[in-house]
Amino acid sequence: MNIAVVVFPGSNCEHDVVHALRGVGSNPKLVWHRDDDLSAFDAAVLPGGFAHGDYLRVGAIARFSPVMAEIEAMAAAGKPVLGICNGLQILCEAGLLPGALVGNRDLSFICRFVHVKVESTKSSLTAAATKGRVLRIPLNSYQGSYTAQADVLAEVEANGQVILRYCGPDGTVDDNNNPNGSANGIAGVSNAAGNVVGLMPHPERASEPILGSTDGKVLLESFVSALAEA
Amino acid sequence: MRLRIEITRRPGIADPEAVTVTRALRELGFDMVVAVGMGRFLLIDVDEADPEAARAAADRMCRQLLANPVLEDYSIEVVAEEVAG
Repeated sequence: MNIAVVVFPGSNCEHDVVHALRGVGSNPKLVWHRDDDLSAFDAAVLPGGFAHGDYLRVGAIARFSPVMAEIEAMAAAGKPVLGICNGLQILCEAGLLPGALVGNRDLSFICRFVHVKVESTKSSLTAAATKGRVLRIPLNSYQGSYTAQADVLAEVEANGQVILRYCGPDGTVDDNNNPNGSANGIAGVSNAAGNVVGLMPHPERASEPILGSTDGKVLLESFVSALAEA
Repeated sequence: MRLRIEITRRPGIADPEAVTVTRALRELGFDMVVAVGMGRFLLIDVDEADPEAARAAADRMCRQLLANPVLEDYSIEVVAEEVAG
């Protein structure tokens, strides 16, 4: 259960992710974005931060980092690949996940706990969770509003690739409980196969009681057990 | 050759910054302002004498890096004179 946690220039959540992944019984290791051989790894995580300064567009430069060819190969081979926050933005830019992330609806940087509802358990991030369960996890982003072309959005919905949706504490999905204006309140998506997953909120920051929530743990546990099955 | 590349938000993709600028202009009394489109403008000097080759290269640059087709449209203008950047 070796997980590569990719460090780009400007990543800033990699140590939290490593710590949280260890906490759920896996063996994470930091790898530099110039590494071009991830054959020793069963899975990969792209952590949050501001890879390459988010220059041009979030994730636009990072997708050309040498490591991304390896990430694409792992994704194609069915290995679990997870993008958190900036990691999701990079996976979208790389075309490994549908859609893109743009500035929050209210033009404010959002750094607080939000609620998300598990919409599908057919992904490496949600397999161990229960459909309909509400998780309390921190969001920490400015470019966090998920968007996609209408036909892509319809396809993602129809295929059950929406894995997490913003909601209220009671699970209500509506505009008031959509913190950043994401299309259809989408907080997390997967590819069609379900092995490549991404979300804007930070499960690693909700993985121990001292952090104020342990709700993120079930997502990381899913990811690690997906690993055992892959 | 110089490439002038304009990248704008696709119709239908929300742009809260542009909405805010629209509102600010209207509050300044520019009642005729209906909508604002915002984007990115790049000037790229290239060592390429053939305008068509330069345009084709610019198109590839946009598709591979400069524009995200999910969010953005782009237009390219090739101008002959090279202006000091």
